[in-house]
Amino acid sequence: MRESDVHPTLRAGALALLVLIALVEVTPYLWMVSTSLKSLPEVIAFPPTLLPSEAMWSNYAEVWGSAPFGDYIANSVIIATSIMITQGILACLAGYAFARMEFPGRDAMFYAVIACLMIPPQVRFVSIFLLLDNFDLLDTYAAQILPHSVSALGIFLMRQAFLAVPQEIIDAAKVDGAGTLRIIFQIMLPMAAPTLTAFLLFSFVFHWNDYFWPLVVTLEETVRPLPLGVAMLREQGTGSRWHLIMAGNVILVAPLLVAFVLAQKRIVKAFVFASIK
Amino acid sequence: MPSASRIRRHLVGYALVLPSMALFAVFFIYPVLHTLYLSFFTWNLIEDPVYDGLGRYSKLLDDEVFREVLLNTLIYSLATVTLTMLGGLALAVLLNRKGRIFAVLQGAIFTSYIVSWVGVSLLWVWMLDPQYGLVNLVLRWIGVGAVDWLGDPDIALWTLVGVTVWKTIGYDMIIYMAGLQSIPDDLYEAASIDGASAWQQFVYITLPQLGPTTLFLLVTSMIMTFQGFDVVKVMTQGGPVNSTSIYVYFVYEQAFELFNVGYASAAVMVFFALVLAVTLAQFWMFDRSAQGGA
Repeated sequence: MRESDVHPTLRAGALALLVLIALVEVTPYLWMVSTSLKSLPEVIAFPPTLLPSEAMWSNYAEVWGSAPFGDYIANSVIIATSIMITQGILACLAGYAFARMEFPGRDAMFYAVIACLMIPPQVRFVSIFLLLDNFDLLDTYAAQILPHSVSALGIFLMRQAFLAVPQEIIDAAKVDGAGTLRIIFQIMLPMAAPTLTAFLLFSFVFHWNDYFWPLVVTLEETVRPLPLGVAMLREQGTGSRWHLIMAGNVILVAPLLVAFVLAQKRIVKAFVFASIK
Repeated sequence: MPSASRIRRHLVGYALVLPSMALFAVFFIYPVLHTLYLSFFTWNLIEDPVYDGLGRYSKLLDDEVFREVLLNTLIYSLATVTLTMLGGLALAVLLNRKGRIFAVLQGAIFTSYIVSWVGVSLLWVWMLDPQYGLVNLVLRWIGVGAVDWLGDPDIALWTLVGVTVWKTIGYDMIIYMAGLQSIPDDLYEAASIDGASAWQQFVYITLPQLGPTTLFLLVTSMIMTFQGFDVVKVMTQGGPVNSTSIYVYFVYEQAFELFNVGYASAAVMVFFALVLAVTLAQFWMFDRSAQGGA
């Protein structure tokens, strides 16, 4: 629709409505930060105060001391990064083979990969739990990384990207004596970089946020990631410790919010890209 | 006979896909087959499994809680999908403009999609706290009175729908926006010259052109809502009285709190069939619309 086809009053009304919706989307985060800096009496005061009379930064120290937050964060970084790297490497290798090489059974195997796109973690978790238990792998990083170490979506996206590279470039590299791995990582990859970065970002955010899988395969605090640790805060005490729970929640949510503000365009593009391609 | 160099090239191909295929076999294919196998047994993890044929499946059909869970899942899924898609489309149409203010509004609405479910759920348990939550404070202040958002069995499921819409509507918005941007401008110019109103342009150009986007969102959102779990686990634990227990939460409880492994496996297989049905319906509809549009 063209701007000029819409009545000006209607346009002003629409803009006001949009601003209201955006406020509804943002207010809970502001309320979270405000609560996290209040004292307990202020959290339950009526009428409530919009802002804390005095910012209680000690809430953050208190919640940090009440659970192994350092471990949680380190675990989240280790798990999400490992998954992202293995998914990325395997997607490049298999994506190249499916796009650019010929070998018997290639198409059948590619269809199998597509079929795996339709098998979500919620279908796999009962059996994989028993499998990990058999090998004494529950409560380890391996239990949280290995089952996600390959991504059908990643292979699919990289295959699409590699298919778009002109054959002459590969031929020229072969004439120069480049081996397969050099062709993939030094010649093809720079041309498929937008696809790869979009996929890696998508993968990292997804597994950084994951709660379901670590809940199923871990019981030990020391290997659990941040979302699980923060969710546990609520189960530790009674209802009114909301200033501490919200302080924990800020630790969980803030890094993503900051990253989003800094790189909104890129992140939105990555999510659109990983979805529609 | 194939030459030595051709065989070598085949081997390189296999070497490149082998690690991925092995992981798919162990962590995707085997679990599905193994879960199917387990679904024919009664097993509580402690005693030996007892073969039960299709007994676990018929127990599912007779289980009143399971029927309630199915209904909850259907309500949660359909309500969320309808609201996020209609809302996302409206937002996309209104916000599909250049300029700083529109970028800020888009960002504000999309942000929650990349925040974790745990973060969003905790945020809303606090916002909706019956006594001290901001929502009820405002409602009392304007004279509506407090609502028991998570404690009233008639309301709690709809509260979860609301939180899910709040979190995911920005995704539908950006996907629709990408769809809008791929519609050629000259379609609108021609219609405008012919004197078509804004509404007519929307109905006769925008909506049909967005057909594939709508289909894509319909399927992905349905599957996303079928898989809903975190929001239930953190906000309500399925309560009050099972009113917010949805499919994956039910399976999780059966497997990890009640240790009914065979029963949980049967429920997983039914779940898998539902996900497959939705996905295959999508392929079928894409095929049909591709042929129809050609």
